[in-house]
Amino acid sequence: MTSATEHAPKNTATPPRRGAHELKPAGGGAHSFSGTWQLIRLALRRDRVVLPIWIVVLGIIPAGTVGTYESLYPTVESRAPLTAGLGANPSVNLLYGPAFDLSTAGGYTAWKYGTILPLLLALACVFTVTRHTRQEEDTGRLELLASAVVGRYAALTAAVSVAGAASLVTGLIMTAGLLGVGLPAAGSVVLGLGAALTGWVFAGVAAIAAQLAEFSRTANGIGSAVLGAMFLIRALGDSAKDVSWLSWLSPIGWATQLRSFAGERWWVLLLPLAAAVVLTGIGYALLPRRDVGMGIMPTRPGPATAARSLASPFALAWRLHRGVLLGWVIGFAIVGGVFGSLAAGVGDVIGGSDQTKQIVERMGGSAGLVDSFVAAILGIFGMVASLYAVQATLRMRSEETALRVEPLLATKVGRLRWAAGHLVFAVLGSALLVLVAGAASGLFHGLRVHDVGTQLPHALGAAAAQIPAIWVVAGAAVLLFGFAPKLSSAGWAVAALFLAISMFGPIANASQVVLDISPFSHIPKLPSAPFTATPLLWLTGVAIAAFVAGLTAFRRRDI
Amino acid sequence: MDNAISVSGLTKSFGRTKALDGLDLQVATGEVHGFLGPNGAGKSTTIRVLLGLLRADSGTARLLGGDPWKDAASLHHRLAYVPGDVNLWPNLSGGEVIDLLGRLRGGLDQRRRKDLIERFDLDPRKKGRTYSKGNRQKVAIVAALSSTVDLLVLDEPTSGLDPLMEATFQYAIQEEREQGRTVLLSSHILAEVEALCDRVSIIRNGRTVETGTLADLRHLTRTSISAELAGPPNGLSTLDNIHDLKVEGTKVRFDVETRSLDEALSQLTKVGVRSLTSQPPTLEELFLRHYTDEASNGKREAAAK
Repeated sequence: MTSATEHAPKNTATPPRRGAHELKPAGGGAHSFSGTWQLIRLALRRDRVVLPIWIVVLGIIPAGTVGTYESLYPTVESRAPLTAGLGANPSVNLLYGPAFDLSTAGGYTAWKYGTILPLLLALACVFTVTRHTRQEEDTGRLELLASAVVGRYAALTAAVSVAGAASLVTGLIMTAGLLGVGLPAAGSVVLGLGAALTGWVFAGVAAIAAQLAEFSRTANGIGSAVLGAMFLIRALGDSAKDVSWLSWLSPIGWATQLRSFAGERWWVLLLPLAAAVVLTGIGYALLPRRDVGMGIMPTRPGPATAARSLASPFALAWRLHRGVLLGWVIGFAIVGGVFGSLAAGVGDVIGGSDQTKQIVERMGGSAGLVDSFVAAILGIFGMVASLYAVQATLRMRSEETALRVEPLLATKVGRLRWAAGHLVFAVLGSALLVLVAGAASGLFHGLRVHDVGTQLPHALGAAAAQIPAIWVVAGAAVLLFGFAPKLSSAGWAVAALFLAISMFGPIANASQVVLDISPFSHIPKLPSAPFTATPLLWLTGVAIAAFVAGLTAFRRRDI
Repeated sequence: MDNAISVSGLTKSFGRTKALDGLDLQVATGEVHGFLGPNGAGKSTTIRVLLGLLRADSGTARLLGGDPWKDAASLHHRLAYVPGDVNLWPNLSGGEVIDLLGRLRGGLDQRRRKDLIERFDLDPRKKGRTYSKGNRQKVAIVAALSSTVDLLVLDEPTSGLDPLMEATFQYAIQEEREQGRTVLLSSHILAEVEALCDRVSIIRNGRTVETGTLADLRHLTRTSISAELAGPPNGLSTLDNIHDLKVEGTKVRFDVETRSLDEALSQLTKVGVRSLTSQPPTLEELFLRHYTDEASNGKREAAAK
């Protein structure tokens, strides 16, 4: 395809030589696409690590579930009640989508991953398209490329092609994997294609977002917000019978309505296909209506003078962190509420499987399944909140590498005061997050069991118990920032390691020595286990020591 | 206290690279001091040591009578800094950045702020990420010049400014000088340094190679002479400090070192002078001499390895 466009005769009077800022209105012509193949190769070269990772990881997940299903529900008797039990539970449908047929491994896999895999694939496509379109313009690299023989539509075409092809390959790997473990062909193909086409739809969404927004952060934000809204629309439609038509408005809903392994509806595949074509087409139509580097959505001007309050490093940090923190708080409140409303029905979800019950109990303590579930999910919220703590801490490093620290430290602001502005968010912001999740889940759980008075304080207490462990993770990031600033991003690896140990360790029967590495393993599993202060005091002590050491090193090092 | 900045024997290494190698720098209070040197000579490193961002390996540095590392925060009340590479916070407007930085220094002169924004033709309502390089630079310049401080530390402040804005900048610095402020101006733009600076220091490979007033420095270098004589020149080629001598009939052109100017001129008048033009050495020539010396030294060093 592209080789043909490259060799196409240049039949226009003017050669395709343009200043970077003057895009002529749409004229079409073969040269609008010239250079696409080179840009595709550039994109593949730049993404040679990231792309294979998400293709393979997302691709192999479904086939990996089949074995779990067979060991969790080995007999026909144990499988029979699943569809009725889970399918009737609205709080489960909210998260996973409708359960069509859970009596086969395929049907179970399609239900368990029917929403989450298309969602993740869509997210990957949004980021890939933005990365090779808007972000290239942001950094000025596209301007450099556009001065060479690169057509107007080349960058967008390359980005959409790479994302679309990667999405398709992921879907094919899913299909191949499911066929490999011996599942029926029709269901395997529909599941893989359904996921891949969802990716295409959101590549189209990103193609539009890249034209609207002036900055890649905004473009990614638009793409992710659309995706989140589509997930919520589907969640409402799947959990409330009287608005079930809502699920048909969402591409994520289409992926489940394909009914893989439960009487496939092939025609539903046409919906995402048509949406992908239309959305991408809109992106192409918008592109010539703007200048390179500009967006269709103009950025709003700011105030000409600063508010009186903007007079301290903390006030500046608040401006830099508030948007991110607000996003996290909203996310934690929503997801906390969803999990809280799930808790009372947890007995239905787990059903008669002793093994699943054991796993939940290992993660959340053993006094009563519902309390264990609450303890387990708040533990997970704690670990996810530690990711925010790392993000807020490492903001110091990104401010430093962006050379925005120097002018500040050349004022009367001392290093510790500057760092404190950011660390307030790592320390108190992360605590706020986990408490919000605790409050939301306690409230919704309490409402469902008509006992807010007991459940809310219980959940809040369990949430508060996570805070010292979160601070230890933040402390590790501060240590890195102080002693080895160039390795600061290893803070993410530390958080991910703790998360993996505490989340998957209990399932994988890891030994206590391994579990003990993660600070989250030391927290008393409230509300199901009794409260003990000793480990919390220890963790707080470790966190304080890490903060002091890291900040002392930061005070002494070069900027 | 006479010197706003006093640095001697400063050294600083980054790993195996020696950025500063015994650097000296004296900036008298109230003067505009030019700080010159090729890329990578150590100008920014010196400035960052003076701002307490880097810790020197050895040597002494005094800034406004204090220790730039230990007394950083208290000294910074009295100085304003313009980095060569200005990055602004993407979601703050230029006006907000100017106010914030001013408040974090000694304070902000609102009249001067308004005046400078007008003169630099800056739109203070734009967000940080929408400014071009030149406009980001203007934000930092306006923030520094409208702060009420004693010392301005400017690290290639005009990179990215157009010639019109460059002139506005020079005018603004003249005003600062009249206010009695001390300015350390690191720059590559020699016309700017010649127009603004009372004294200059030229550094190379982390060491000061020349320092003094422009007049002093000119004294060290050569004057270009071209003359038309009554007859063919005589005896010029025997003089020691004559360079690039060119003779075409009765026309002669040469460079002469300042200390031999007398001798050279008397040789000319012996023959009889019909017309004479002499050009004082420009800073550019002085500068190029040091730069090219360095380039050839570099080559030699590379060859030796």
